[in-house]
Amino acid sequence: MSEVNSMVRPELELATLIVDTLNLEVAPEDIDPEAPLYGEGLGLDSIDILEVALAISKTYGVKLRSDDADNVTIFASLRRLNDHIQRHKAA
Amino acid sequence: MTRFPLIGHATADAVVAWRGGRPVTAGAFLAAVTALAERLPTGGHVLNLRTDRLGFAVGFGAALTRGAISLLPPNDTPEMLRRLGDAYLSLVHLTDSDGLDMVSHRPANVTAFEIPTFPADQVAAIAFTSGSTGEPMPQAKTWGTLARSVRGAGTAMGIPVLGAAGLVGTVPHQHMYGLESVILLALQHGLALHARRPFYPEDISSALGELGSPRILVTTPVHLRTLLADGVRLPKLDFILCATAPLAPQLAIDAEIRLEAPLHEIYGCSETGQLAVRRTRATAEWSCIDGVRLRSDDQGTWASGDFLKGETLLADVIELNGPERFILHGRAADQVNIAGKRSSLAYLNHHLNSIEGVVDGVFVMPDEDTGQGARRLAAFAVAPGLTVETLMHRLRQRIDPAFLPRPLRLVEALPRNATGKLTRDALTRLFNDPRPGK
Repeated sequence: MSEVNSMVRPELELATLIVDTLNLEVAPEDIDPEAPLYGEGLGLDSIDILEVALAISKTYGVKLRSDDADNVTIFASLRRLNDHIQRHKAA
Repeated sequence: MTRFPLIGHATADAVVAWRGGRPVTAGAFLAAVTALAERLPTGGHVLNLRTDRLGFAVGFGAALTRGAISLLPPNDTPEMLRRLGDAYLSLVHLTDSDGLDMVSHRPANVTAFEIPTFPADQVAAIAFTSGSTGEPMPQAKTWGTLARSVRGAGTAMGIPVLGAAGLVGTVPHQHMYGLESVILLALQHGLALHARRPFYPEDISSALGELGSPRILVTTPVHLRTLLADGVRLPKLDFILCATAPLAPQLAIDAEIRLEAPLHEIYGCSETGQLAVRRTRATAEWSCIDGVRLRSDDQGTWASGDFLKGETLLADVIELNGPERFILHGRAADQVNIAGKRSSLAYLNHHLNSIEGVVDGVFVMPDEDTGQGARRLAAFAVAPGLTVETLMHRLRQRIDPAFLPRPLRLVEALPRNATGKLTRDALTRLFNDPRPGK
């Protein structure tokens, strides 16, 4: 899948953060950046999402909120999550 | 027959809930309950899937008014909803978008303020526990059991002293803890319920900020740990309630110091509801709420009480210091508690082995808590012809996501001994085997 959906560097860094935070048994570079993170796909649940949100807050200084207009789409894929972080990251 | 009121609010203009930054009065709440009740059939069962707490509370009150029983399924997987549909014919569904009731923000007619009461023996809800057969076991709750245990627990923790406090809960209300400690605690003690269920630390902070002082936060060890680790600034708290799994004493102390509020824990289970409370910073010992008694024998510890039916064998290992005081030593062997959700290995194994293509399979609880994040189950399966992805997909349709195995490994055979048993040692060796299953 990496030939089809290759990751840019910030995406790979985020994938590594997620894998390390949750001790996932998948290599960061094997995560499909277009696949859903929640439920089917990478298979994260709400407890994981809280853990990942905490790691994102510590690493990037970006705090996730449920009432963000685009909240439902943030975890739609690694790519969307990374886009959100890059947009809101402190300059 | 003793009767208990739906709410403990004294006047029609007392605030029952906050929704969208606006107060909803007791008068408006009761009017919405009455209006919805008129549209429900008499008796029968209601599947109240509303996530909005005010909407859920209106649905719960309307069901009580019509003598209908609210179902509290352990999860909302497609498999569970199908089973409920089969078991309870003409089940009424209530959802956030069903449009069956509108809560008016305008104060209701004060002269019409009359709080409905319901008999103590009326069955109000059915919770489900995971039996060993894979079939969810219904646990009927009477209105008297719910009202008395919530009043007893609240009183034991000093909730009445706080007066008309606001309450924010981070737990869903479709199970016993959430129903009791978020919805019913607020309704029975005259508190103001925040209609949303905040998720991220920032959400919790802003939800609390929408309430006036005093403020109560009802949460779980998982949420509390992330809240503290995040370091988000919270409005002044006056009371913290934590349950679903015992809290590490150090985390309880840390929470009390940093959030500057007393933290109490509640102990209970789906079979009995709330049984005991403790202020963790002050004592490791649990005190039973008024009317609850425990006794131990060879089988374990049994709970009974003035408002409980019969005796219930508890799934935890308990050391009694008296009939109403005890130390909790953790769960019995087969029981699992993942991030506050309880199940049994037997239940999970049943589901794994009932998947077509699975020849043999077993769930394993890893030994050590890593101290980091939530502990997860592992599973091994003999399933020639199935991939890990397919198997995981099928498990996901049957069991709560919290119990999904991580990792799930496909193996050629499980290390069963001569009598067909899987020993803990053999499973540990299999677990530590670095070879990835394929």
